[in-house]
Amino acid sequence: MNANPAQTDDTLIRIRGLRTVLNGKTIFDGVDLDIPRGRITAVMGPSGTGKTTLMRHITGQLAPDAGEVIVDGQNVWRLGRDALFDLREKIGYLFQNSALLTDFSVFENVAFPLRQHLKLPEVLVRNIVLTKLQAVGLRGAAELMPSELSGGMMRRVALARAIVRDPMLIIYDEPFVGLDPIALNQILKLIRTLNETLGVTSILVGHELAAVRQVADSIYLIAAGKIAAYGTPEDLARGATPWTRQFFSGEADGPVPFHYPAPDYAKQLGLAGSGR
Amino acid sequence: MNSVRAPLSPFTAGLAQVGACGIFLLQILRALPRSLRYLRETVRQVFFVGAMSLVIIMTCGLFVGMVLGLQLYHTLSIFGGTAALGTVVALSLYRELGPVVTALLFAGRAGTSITAEIGLMRATDQLDAMEMMAVDPLAYVVAPRFLAGIIAMPLLACTFNALGILGAHLVGVSWLGLDNGTFWSNMTANVDVWEDVINGVWKSAAFGAVCTLIATFQGYTTPPTSEGVAYATTRTVVFSSIATLAIDFVMTAFLM
Repeated sequence: MNANPAQTDDTLIRIRGLRTVLNGKTIFDGVDLDIPRGRITAVMGPSGTGKTTLMRHITGQLAPDAGEVIVDGQNVWRLGRDALFDLREKIGYLFQNSALLTDFSVFENVAFPLRQHLKLPEVLVRNIVLTKLQAVGLRGAAELMPSELSGGMMRRVALARAIVRDPMLIIYDEPFVGLDPIALNQILKLIRTLNETLGVTSILVGHELAAVRQVADSIYLIAAGKIAAYGTPEDLARGATPWTRQFFSGEADGPVPFHYPAPDYAKQLGLAGSGR
Repeated sequence: MNSVRAPLSPFTAGLAQVGACGIFLLQILRALPRSLRYLRETVRQVFFVGAMSLVIIMTCGLFVGMVLGLQLYHTLSIFGGTAALGTVVALSLYRELGPVVTALLFAGRAGTSITAEIGLMRATDQLDAMEMMAVDPLAYVVAPRFLAGIIAMPLLACTFNALGILGAHLVGVSWLGLDNGTFWSNMTANVDVWEDVINGVWKSAAFGAVCTLIATFQGYTTPPTSEGVAYATTRTVVFSSIATLAIDFVMTAFLM
């Protein structure tokens, strides 16, 4: 019998009763969610529903108001600093805005996690970094500074940095923004390859339905602070619920309001009661 | 809790800031042993806040010394005491002007750039990225700058003092005709290394700690917007200047 639940459990991340209130607004209200090991799970939903906030709960960057977040058998919010950092060493995180270190070259950005945590020979660091940069198509840009890159290139460098230590879990926060069709296709292939060859668990946060459907094994749709739908891309695309129907067809009318809450339009324009 | 809190009165908000800054200092002190791993980064920061500030420190030191020489020569000549020029200039610089003016210049030159740099790292998620790569930004970014401030400030103050004395010598001896031997011999006879010079060095180290603490705190806690970074750099100069003068009074009262 294996006493370690982290090794026997097929669920890498288990979230129960998550409740988050930010600036007086309820972001999550009793969210339950499971992320299976070795699979690609997409988290989708309208803008501002808290997809990135959910990732911040998973990585221990933001404390929830209630509920528990279990990652690899450990309750993230009961971990001490050292244990949390040990857990984070096993997680690769692609930030929405890349978050490259602006004082370092592309090469040094990708090498940063290796240099900080492993005492590897320089030749090995060089080979690992160049391999990862080759995977994202930017080996030739190794000596450039982040300020010399386009937005799409920065995201690819950030992706190379996120995977440089072959982590157990990779969180991709909006990985397809700013990518041209060629880069997009290559990144999709890379995500799938990492998943198939290394058994990496991946969480994909994004809006690009067509891209997400190509790689995701399952999709969580978040709306109004709850899990509105869960299933395979094919299940959700069939639009079994009003949430999925509206989200996948991109309509303004439906349970998810397109407009931010506002006073009456006519009244605000001064037209109400004018008789015209 | 992440929910909305009631707005604080300006006085309470100020007290909360002081308290938060105190906690931040404790966090830096706790991160200091871990930051010893990043010795190269500390050396880089000593160069950045120290060597890169030399031009402004040397120029200002020279002119402050020249003004001191000119003013004191005319004042002392009323009492027939121009021979004491070297002594008075040296004591003024070592005890007060050197550490205080250096700290004010440091806050404007190095403090603002530390705040802006860390603030922009906050605004562009670089600090969060380090956290996610299991690298503590307090140990990697903040502590080396804090140490660099404590190391660089006394060195800068000594440079300021040296250039100030040179400026006073230029005016008093080369221009107004005071005897060179009198200038130096009175100074060496009346300035005590421990009471005057070393006390000034202690003051500088304290000012270095306070100025870099304020600069790093403002940068680390700035709202991640361009306006937030702008306000944070302004607050660095204002708070550092006030803290320097207030601490100078307290330290002078204890060290005299």
